[in-house]
Amino acid sequence: MIAYLGRRLIQSLLILLGVSLITFALLYLLPADPVRQIAGRSATPQTVENIRQQLGLDQPFVVQYWHYLTRLVSGDLGRSYIQRSEVTELIVSRLPASLLLMVGAILCELLIGLSMGLIAAVKRGTATDQTLMVASFVGVSAPQFVVGLLLLYVFAVRLSWFPIGGYGTWRHLVLPSLTMGILGAGWYARMMRSSMIDVLRQDYVRTARAKGLARGAIIFRHALPNAILPVIAMIGIDIGIFMGGIVVVESVFGWPGIGQLAWQAIQRVDIPIIMGVTLVSAFAIVLGNLLADIIAPFIDPRIKLR
Amino acid sequence: MKRFLATTVAASALALMLGMASARAEDTIDPNAKQGGAITITYKDDVATLDPAIGYDWQNWSMIKSLFDGLMDYEPGTTNLKSDLAESYEISPDGKTFTFKLRHGVKFHNGREMTADDVKYSLDRVTNPKTQSPGAGFFGSIKGYDDVAAGKAESLSGVTVVDPYTVKFELTRPDATFLHVMAINFSHVVPKEEVEKYGADFGKHPVGTGAFKLAEWTLGQRIVFERNADYWHKGLPHLDKITFEIGQEPIVALLRLQKGEIDVPGDGIPPAKFQEVMADPEQKARVVEGGQLHTGYVTMNTTMAPFDNVKVRQAVNMAINKARVIQIINGRAVPANQPLPPSMPGYDKEYKGYPYDVAKAKALLAEAGHPDGFDTQLFAMNTDPNPRIAQAIQQDLAAIGIKASIQSLAQANVIAAGGDKAGAPMIWSGGMAWIADFPDPSNFYGPILGCAGAVPGGWNWSWYCNKDLDAKAAEADSVVDPAKAVERGKMWSAIYDKIMEDAPWAPVFNEQRFTMKSARMGGADNLYVDPVHIPINYDNVYVKDVQ
Repeated sequence: MIAYLGRRLIQSLLILLGVSLITFALLYLLPADPVRQIAGRSATPQTVENIRQQLGLDQPFVVQYWHYLTRLVSGDLGRSYIQRSEVTELIVSRLPASLLLMVGAILCELLIGLSMGLIAAVKRGTATDQTLMVASFVGVSAPQFVVGLLLLYVFAVRLSWFPIGGYGTWRHLVLPSLTMGILGAGWYARMMRSSMIDVLRQDYVRTARAKGLARGAIIFRHALPNAILPVIAMIGIDIGIFMGGIVVVESVFGWPGIGQLAWQAIQRVDIPIIMGVTLVSAFAIVLGNLLADIIAPFIDPRIKLR
Repeated sequence: MKRFLATTVAASALALMLGMASARAEDTIDPNAKQGGAITITYKDDVATLDPAIGYDWQNWSMIKSLFDGLMDYEPGTTNLKSDLAESYEISPDGKTFTFKLRHGVKFHNGREMTADDVKYSLDRVTNPKTQSPGAGFFGSIKGYDDVAAGKAESLSGVTVVDPYTVKFELTRPDATFLHVMAINFSHVVPKEEVEKYGADFGKHPVGTGAFKLAEWTLGQRIVFERNADYWHKGLPHLDKITFEIGQEPIVALLRLQKGEIDVPGDGIPPAKFQEVMADPEQKARVVEGGQLHTGYVTMNTTMAPFDNVKVRQAVNMAINKARVIQIINGRAVPANQPLPPSMPGYDKEYKGYPYDVAKAKALLAEAGHPDGFDTQLFAMNTDPNPRIAQAIQQDLAAIGIKASIQSLAQANVIAAGGDKAGAPMIWSGGMAWIADFPDPSNFYGPILGCAGAVPGGWNWSWYCNKDLDAKAAEADSVVDPAKAVERGKMWSAIYDKIMEDAPWAPVFNEQRFTMKSARMGGADNLYVDPVHIPINYDNVYVKDVQ
């Protein structure tokens, strides 16, 4: 177990290093000159060169990357080119909002996805099953900005049940969580359905039925706990999908998380922020996968970590 | 970096003001204004730094103006210069020495009195390369600037503290724009002790002499300004509090405005909703329209064939149907025929420009040796409505045989292509177009049409460099004498007329500004389309539902 963990940690670090190198290189190769962005139009060539020097952007790629890495080791992600604040401060101030949104989204997708999957499995082959599976397919394929705008229009603008964007109360959380959750719910519904169908075919379920247990008791007491475990273990892997989704969803709902920060930074070519958010996201994904793998054997003893 | 500074009246603002010696601040207060109350303004993007030496986008520009003051300012809602922290000033006959007398009793938000030492410190700071100020170059005419910019000196030798309330500027050349330079944010006065205390984070903890002080800044969510009770200009500001809510899409902001939750959507009316708003009399009544010192244009790279031929460039000027392009943006602009916008001093009202004349354009192309036209590329920024405008121009060009393929790219990539001599044959400037830093005709020349901008990474995307005009521009800017202001304006008109003859640009339109406000907001309309304070003049507006 410990050897496995150690190996996985080293792998994770290598992945993060690779991500940082690739992102840094891509941003370096971008035809846009960040110094020009900072300096604006009225700057004289001398001002531009001064800024370039101050930021160390006149150095060769390898030197720049090395400087970045050495600072990174001490937890310093540099300063934003445009906002001039420390990237760490910007990310830390926005992380709670993104985490809250993630919790809300996980609740939504589990609640919606698992119920849909459960009902579909129990009603397997019926019209209900087919309708639910089509719905899950739509949920998976609908672009999040469309879902978000649709929910915003119906429930905030038309019905006024929820505020139109913003942050602060639980009511603000509902629509963005739902938008994020609908995508995941589609996946969970499908996984839950097949997992449940598998379980319902097992001998112990047949035995329970033969004993004359009520249908509800069989489904909720015997089948569900076993069917749900492998599905739950997927949450860690979900983090990757979340990290992609928050950029869109946070922008649509004006949610002050790191996705919104990333989106603004991309538009303004604010490289230190783009790097910072990418690394934090990559870290979250790596961590999520690691946790999913560690948890797996506890949920299903047939899996062994080696 | 979008910058602005727009327009209104004031033809030769500079000229009128040069002779003026004393402040006229007291007469600018609206007698109907009510005191107190709070307003809410929304923005989509985070507010970048509030450090006056660094902030240079249209969002933080006017916020900084409310937190800090400079020696000069503009009368609210106009482009008329007035003295601000300076009580009076004198200009030497040779136009090379400016002496400012400071107001007594002006206090920073930390309670300390502002003196001439602070003025000098602020200018030394903004020109110091370590500050990384995008505006350092504006101070290039001050003696000793080159040494400071090169890192050889820490202090500008041309700025002298005569006594605590007198500061003297010596310039290396007569500079007709110098009073404007003393009004831009980069020259605003900061207290040394606070800058040193916060270091690089001063922009998050701004301390100035302005009408408002920063009360709260929750990153990514809101900024709150609170009335500065000790403001030197008695009677201002009218509002007790301004809350800027961040991260709100313009469309969401409009919906909230309609519900009465906010007072001004800082990013304006979303284009998709513009016609709907203007068609509703109740909403339209709350929209204020004004001019801007902005021109949208197509650049043609004068160093690339076939645009190295002036006849081809003139043909393009005649081929574009400007009225139709303006329709695409719902009529939010007026057609342009020269680089300067109509409300800028030096605008040539007599000049008629190139007519829209397809037949003549074709004839010119034939004369240039391209009777069947040619293939080329038109670069444009990829956000709406710019690709649609580029398509309209593409169709117009096709009508005279020019087959332009559209390169629709992110802003930074278009800017990069424009700054590369072999990068882009034609660029539609939309979304990146020039908006003047201050209301003076010289501001539309140097970086975008002069030789200084025709360098790799520069903003002169037509790579037009006319040494003769550069000399004439320098000559015009040395006319500091207020009595000769009209003459200076004519000198600039002549420069732009000559540019149009060479046609490195096809000017297309001058954008208008539309600011929407809640029904409770009061104050003259021009405060809501203030040429200097965008979106609105925070210090002078008020709300009607207090007291």
